[in-house]
Amino acid sequence: MREEEIKPDKKIDIRGLVCPYTFVKAKLAIEDMEIGQVLEILVDYPEAIKNIPKSMQDHGQTVLEISKKDDRNWVILVRKEKE
Amino acid sequence: MEFTDEQVQRYSRHIILPEVGGKGQKKLLASKVFLVGAGGLGCPVGYYLTAAGVGTIGIVDNDEVELSNLQRQIAHGTDRLGMPKVESAKKTFQNLNPDVNIIALRGRLTKDNILDIINDYDVVVDGSDNFPTRYLVNDACVMLKKPLVSGAILRFEGQVTTVLPGEGHCYRCLFEAPPPPGLVPSCQEAGVLGVLPGVIGALQATEVLKILLGKGQPLKNSLLIYNALSVSFRKVKVPRNPDCPICGAHPTITALQDYDQGYCQLGG
Ligand SMILES: [Zn+2]
Repeated sequence: MREEEIKPDKKIDIRGLVCPYTFVKAKLAIEDMEIGQVLEILVDYPEAIKNIPKSMQDHGQTVLEISKKDDRNWVILVRKEKE
Repeated sequence: MEFTDEQVQRYSRHIILPEVGGKGQKKLLASKVFLVGAGGLGCPVGYYLTAAGVGTIGIVDNDEVELSNLQRQIAHGTDRLGMPKVESAKKTFQNLNPDVNIIALRGRLTKDNILDIINDYDVVVDGSDNFPTRYLVNDACVMLKKPLVSGAILRFEGQVTTVLPGEGHCYRCLFEAPPPPGLVPSCQEAGVLGVLPGVIGALQATEVLKILLGKGQPLKNSLLIYNALSVSFRKVKVPRNPDCPICGAHPTITALQDYDQGYCQLGG
């Protein structure tokens, strides 16, 4: 699936945060969403680019895409599969 | 409610647990737990529930901090000698977590005041040091259908059990009536290893959090016995007694009663 086809239902900007708060913020955001909705996470902490997708998958969510925006910034798209 | 940045940090290790999460943490912050006793068991239970962010914690105790308490009652301190235990505990807990509203009640629970006092709370924790209070608290919780997490300690052994009225056993299903005062260890026999209430209190606090979160299996219909010397945990089945005088089909106890306080205040 190409990026422009996925429309996020909610976006969070957690640039400037480090672990574990990157995942904490992302988890809090996804908890408030409906199943099937997509969360866009804008992140600049290198560890989090690996860790957020891994933790999201461990919690039963689907990681749709991880893409580099520019030198520092990444976007992670996660679809909520379970509460 | 929305979490503040401080709360996101403070509770982050809860929030990342699938079984707790932001929703569970909000449940805890909206919960009310009542502690009977601010002694050996009440201190660690209150400490951990405060750290966990249980929003309202009520504590009742009639005693003042004495030097002999400090071997095990970790919420108090040498600079608190003579201070009411509930005041001392409140100070310690408020300092640990200002999110928590600590309601300190100096006094004794009696058949006349207990129902009003505990009625507002979600879970009751018994950390009392005497049989009269233990039975009074059990009976009141059964009457109000309130979950009760009961703990007891003596020497190197401790017990925990969780009473879910209507669903499982109660304390009287286990021991129908208080033992006569002569059969209870006297003060000079009632030693306790100082760390023991820490172990048992931590187990009680765990039970409370599980009940509030609705996760896991509570110690319903069972009694957990910990022995520090042999390092053993035994889980003994405690079936509900259909003829229990308070929670049975035809209860014979229909009003609360105060027993004689003719016991040594052990353990607490
Ligand atoms: Zn019973």
